[in-house]
Amino acid sequence: MRIFRLFFVFFRIGLMNELQYRANFFIQLLKTAFNLTWSLAAVAVVFSHTSDLNGWQPAELVALLGVFVLMSGLIGVVVQPSMERLIDDVRQGTLDFTLTKPEEAQILVSIGQVRVWRLVDVVVGPIVIGVALVHLDREIGLEDALQFGVTLVAGSVIMYSFWLMLSTIAFWFIRIENILIIFHSMYEAARWPITIYPGWLRTALTFLVPVAFAVTVPSEAIVGRLSEGYLHGAIALAAAMLVGSRLFWRLGLKQYSGASA
Amino acid sequence: MSRFTDIYTTLFKISVAIMLQYRAVLIIWLIGLVLQPIIYLVVWLTVAETQGGQVGDFDKGGLAAYFIVLMIVNHATFDWHMYEMGYRVRTGAFSPLLLQPLHPIHRDIIENVAYKFITLSVMLPAVFLLIWLFEPTFGAPMWAVAAFVPALLLAFLVRFFVEWSLALLAFWITDTSGLNQMYAVASIFLMGQMAPLSLMPQWVQFAAGVLPFRWMVAFPVELLLGRLSPEQVVDGFLMQALWLGLGLAGLALTWNRAARRYSAVGA
Repeated sequence: MRIFRLFFVFFRIGLMNELQYRANFFIQLLKTAFNLTWSLAAVAVVFSHTSDLNGWQPAELVALLGVFVLMSGLIGVVVQPSMERLIDDVRQGTLDFTLTKPEEAQILVSIGQVRVWRLVDVVVGPIVIGVALVHLDREIGLEDALQFGVTLVAGSVIMYSFWLMLSTIAFWFIRIENILIIFHSMYEAARWPITIYPGWLRTALTFLVPVAFAVTVPSEAIVGRLSEGYLHGAIALAAAMLVGSRLFWRLGLKQYSGASA
Repeated sequence: MSRFTDIYTTLFKISVAIMLQYRAVLIIWLIGLVLQPIIYLVVWLTVAETQGGQVGDFDKGGLAAYFIVLMIVNHATFDWHMYEMGYRVRTGAFSPLLLQPLHPIHRDIIENVAYKFITLSVMLPAVFLLIWLFEPTFGAPMWAVAAFVPALLLAFLVRFFVEWSLALLAFWITDTSGLNQMYAVASIFLMGQMAPLSLMPQWVQFAAGVLPFRWMVAFPVELLLGRLSPEQVVDGFLMQALWLGLGLAGLALTWNRAARRYSAVGA
């Protein structure tokens, strides 16, 4: 519960910070609307030439797009800004200020920075999913909704752990801002169901940069085409990566010398 | 003239040396440039599969050829000044460049060429790998292959000057992220990045042809694939020349005003 209280405190600080720049809310709203429009246009172009994409109906692909937006929002609100700040702190030696606080450092760096306006994506994503589901032929049962919830949480945990591991590399290599670009390039691939990609790329998107579990698997759950194996796989991977990233973080922290402080 | 040759060779050597310091960064930037065509190639291959191996006037080998050539042309013609210029103006990084007795655009051209020169060592293996993985079919007549070279060069120049002139808007609006985002999306659809233009709705094709976008990327790609008639190629060259002229005119018109407006915001 402590984590939630801490998160709430940081969230309030972030909110107060950003309320100074209220116009940014409208800019974010415009950006989200613009991004959504062109993503939908791309889907429309593809479906002007076919009625299904590897078994995915148009409405199902729109639902996937909704999950993509939602997950981008979740990463963009807290994970990405906090990790960018962590990398910066390691380089500048200002991580000292975090480490001297009487609270678990991993928690502090994981919620150190909040970009409140990105919540727009977190709101718009589910709306898109909802609209898509209305247009779906089949009924969404309680089981589908439950699986969606579980895979979404698992996907978020996987993304968080992945970002933490990526940022922890900074303890050894210092200048790694550009590594984050790899993530963004690979994340773009998640706009489409991972199942369409050839084996080598699918493997990379599942295990190397696990965006498959962030977007495709929850989408499969909500449209009711998730196989048992992936459900269990997502939970297992989330647990493994949470532990793994924790160990890696502790290992990295030992390297920290507060170089320039 | 020899003054310029000296300047260019010296700056080229410096640029190459600077970039070779951060080799990993060069490769990281390339990942997106290689991955994006693969994503859309796979999407369209999947569509072709459900449609019995054909989509529009492309079969699977044709699609593979299109996106592999697209990757090459995009790599050859792209530049990053719309992002860089905003940063330069905001942080005041433009100041030392303006003090030099040389138009900053020369430095940018050289940096661009140096970047392409170095990254070719990664791009070429990527191209061969993709040819091996996706089995494209090429079938262009000799004249089209020959015409591809000037078309690519003109495409590079058109894209460079149009985008450099647009980038100068940073002097007036300071925060260019919105403009850049709109331009990026326009280029995905209108340059032929997400699909061959012939698969796009009619009005998109029209917009791509009236605006400079088609002539920056799609035109050389279609040319090398042998999909254009000689008349279309001549028209294409004329359009490229027209947009190159407009780009240069735009540059001449705005540069002095822009430089005068410059206030080194963050410096």
